[in-house]
Amino acid sequence: MGTVTSAKKVKTKISRRSPWKTEIKKSWPLYVLCLPAFVFVCIFSYGPMVGLVMAFQDYKPWLGISGSRWIGLANFERIFQYDEATQAIVNTLVIAVSKIIVGIIVPIIMAILLSEIRNIGIKKSVQTLVYLPHFLSWVTVAGLMIDILGLDGGVNQILTWMFGSDPIYFLGDPDLFRYTVVVSDVWKSFGFGMIVYLATIAGINPSYYEAAEIDGATRRQQIRYVTLPSMLPMIIVISTLSLGNILDAGFDQVFNLYNPLVYSTGDIIDTYVYRSSLLNGQYGFGTAVGLFKSGISLILIVVSYRLAYKYANYKIF
Amino acid sequence: MYHKTTGYRVFSIFNYAFMILAGLACFLPLLHLLAQSLSSKAAISGNMVSFWPVGFNVDAYVKTFNNSNFNGAMLTSIIRTVLGTTISMFILTCAGYALSKEFRGRNALMWFFIFTMLFSGGLIPSYILVTSLGLKDTIWALVLPGAFGAYNLILLVNFFKTIPKALEEAAFIDGASFFVILSKIYLPLSLPGIATVSLFIMVGHWNSWFDGILYMSDASRYPLASFLQTVVVQSNMQNMAMSQSEVAAMSEQSIKAAQIFVSTLPIILVYPFLQRYFVKGIVLGAVKE
Repeated sequence: MGTVTSAKKVKTKISRRSPWKTEIKKSWPLYVLCLPAFVFVCIFSYGPMVGLVMAFQDYKPWLGISGSRWIGLANFERIFQYDEATQAIVNTLVIAVSKIIVGIIVPIIMAILLSEIRNIGIKKSVQTLVYLPHFLSWVTVAGLMIDILGLDGGVNQILTWMFGSDPIYFLGDPDLFRYTVVVSDVWKSFGFGMIVYLATIAGINPSYYEAAEIDGATRRQQIRYVTLPSMLPMIIVISTLSLGNILDAGFDQVFNLYNPLVYSTGDIIDTYVYRSSLLNGQYGFGTAVGLFKSGISLILIVVSYRLAYKYANYKIF
Repeated sequence: MYHKTTGYRVFSIFNYAFMILAGLACFLPLLHLLAQSLSSKAAISGNMVSFWPVGFNVDAYVKTFNNSNFNGAMLTSIIRTVLGTTISMFILTCAGYALSKEFRGRNALMWFFIFTMLFSGGLIPSYILVTSLGLKDTIWALVLPGAFGAYNLILLVNFFKTIPKALEEAAFIDGASFFVILSKIYLPLSLPGIATVSLFIMVGHWNSWFDGILYMSDASRYPLASFLQTVVVQSNMQNMAMSQSEVAAMSEQSIKAAQIFVSTLPIILVYPFLQRYFVKGIVLGAVKE
């Protein structure tokens, strides 16, 4: 076997093929290994992108893409003519931005507080428990929330007991719905968001703290002048990267929590696309709204990765 | 010594209390669910159940497991999770190993994969593609479209890159092929990474509900999460207007609780074993110098 391959190598050297071909010959197994992924991506990721032309059509399922009428940008113009669509865009921005801000601050604070816990047993147990909700589906969480946040659910019982207030309709009140969405999102994800910050804190050289202590720094000063600055690069990376999610308010969550009572403040782009297209048959319009969202998201993600690279020297691979 | 100051002690007490509360807050809702599932109808409708079953009985579980729709949905979910995770991990480890090496066209290929993370065709075009491929109403509609995930690929590539090159070179000299190196050196050594990504994919499949509703025209073919969505969420939406009257809807609460709990159980069971891996996996995948 060995002699055959070496003979082949000699032959390729002699015949002076282009470097491309030599390269491929040498590392052909690597190309073969990438092939399954390549095929899947071509079909299931790039395939649907072809379907985006529907955004410029008056798409009719029985006519197909080739038979449907081209209508230029009319679908996109309708996005800004329909009140429901503009409302969904505004809701998406408000919910997503609130989620991003709260979703960055809470894990940082929780990571710092948790790192102050010296008892290893308690620390590990708390960690294990707070990661758990991340692995529950939004269907499960919605099931829990509908029960707990109901008019006679646990939360209202506690509120009535503490403040004597009337029961609050958390999932049916347009003024409260966004808060409910943001708070439940934080509940579900803060533990998981903490992981990277905890690792960063664990990686801080203990001699910094010793030096600070010798200089007479209180614990609060140590957190302010040692812990926070050490976490800063990671905070910058995560904040800039989350910029790309500005149009992602969380379909799974909102879809499972909302109802017609709260469409005015809770309907987001993704849920609107679902209702207007798959339920009401406006395929072309739904695709246009989706493309509008993907396009802006793409620009934001590219910008955010550039910023993360520039300010925190972050590379995705 | 800050540990001994009064201020720090007071802070510590509050901090311990707060952290324990935070931990409990993430766990008590599930305990509440478990208590409900084991309680009597009367206790639930009387709002007497908090974290301990009142009027203990297992009727809800008996009914859940005698419900053929529930069992069928569970079977669909199990098949989909096993099949989906196997296919995904095969595709991803092959590509991940290859892309952790330097070769001609490697960066172009990587960007070709990563672009799918940045831009997608969206809901309607994906739906039409799956339908036109004839996958609708088959298990493949749930397994194939999501089989490749660029984020998971990046995690695996980063993991494979941490394995010392010298190991591979030594194996090459001993005459090992790429495939032998992948299976005998890389797979065992990157077990934390592979376990992390497998866990993500498994949980993703188990929890995934929307594609079931989208691609299965008949509710009897739903996977468990889609089944639950229709039972737990949609039925509640319809009852919302009359949620104060604790009639029919409330009497089913113990069954709903049992169904949610059973569907969550696999995750709760598998989670402690994989937790030690995923913390390491996430950190290695995300933090790069």
